[in-house]
Amino acid sequence: MSPPQRRRRRPAEQPPPPPAPPRASPRQGGKPERLFVVAGKDDGERAELDLVTLIVSSAEPPPAAAPEQTALLRLCTTPLSVAELSAYLNLPFSAMTVLLTDMLTAELVTARAPIVRRSVADRSLLEAVMHGLQRL
Amino acid sequence: MDFNGSDTLPGPRTEDQLPHTAEAAVKIVIVGGFGVGKTTMVGSVSEIRPLTTEETMTQAGIGVDDNFGSDSKTATTVAMDFGRISITEQLVLYLFGTPGQERFWFLWNGLFEGALGAVVLIDTRRLEVSFDVIGRLEERGVPFVVAVNSFPDAPRYPLAELRTALDLGEEIPIVECDVRRRASSRDVLMTLMTFLHSLATAGALR
Repeated sequence: MSPPQRRRRRPAEQPPPPPAPPRASPRQGGKPERLFVVAGKDDGERAELDLVTLIVSSAEPPPAAAPEQTALLRLCTTPLSVAELSAYLNLPFSAMTVLLTDMLTAELVTARAPIVRRSVADRSLLEAVMHGLQRL
Repeated sequence: MDFNGSDTLPGPRTEDQLPHTAEAAVKIVIVGGFGVGKTTMVGSVSEIRPLTTEETMTQAGIGVDDNFGSDSKTATTVAMDFGRISITEQLVLYLFGTPGQERFWFLWNGLFEGALGAVVLIDTRRLEVSFDVIGRLEERGVPFVVAVNSFPDAPRYPLAELRTALDLGEEIPIVECDVRRRASSRDVLMTLMTFLHSLATAGALR
């Protein structure tokens, strides 16, 4: 029996543009209660955060910190990726980026940017990963 | 959930905490159809119990909705399992297992574009479900290898025949594996890294 047959595709001239992130609900005014409103910006701007951006606490929770912020600061006493924070706090990724954008602005946390693939790969980086995998 | 309950707050076990020296992370995406073994592969090499991150999307699948977060009736949640391997004291590798359907790809901005590369995990009983995934990786210029998860009752094809069926170029590695085994999953990742290294050496990486 022969397997089904696929036909190869070619790289697109222009890769499809990255989709815009979902926008948070606009601020309702007054003292907000819900996360999306707590962290939502009127202009919808977000910090550039990747799933594997590492987040580290840089301050003690301020007295007025929201419970989510306090929980996050406690988790990030050692570095944790945005994906891990999303898992432990049980928050969708986009909600995490909203929460973290405010906390980065308030300098409660710092972000360590991921290494993303660029036009020229860093061979020493690839070799480091290979050495790490060999030890598994 | 109750964020104030510090005793019950989930978080990494002490032995799962990254060192303070961890300064950067990279990611690899494992993509394949439902039930092909993505999560098993992540779990077999991860140093932490696999975790799940979620994203919310509208039923239209676009993920852009001004009602986001306020109109849960039209929103569905999509989960993605992931694991972690500490490479050095400074560098961490994350592995994400993600469904092959295009509508999931838009949820995590840059998941594929920012990844070092991808592993396409295939099941020879349902080879055709991988066709679209492979095509999209080709279109986006994401380097990938193909790993055949060897299910006992799956049809066995010679790798050359699979390469022809998948219309893969000679340069693209295709390997058999048993994702339940740590060493086998590790070897798949190593195949990808070796391939990426050869691309970098050839200066062919876009």
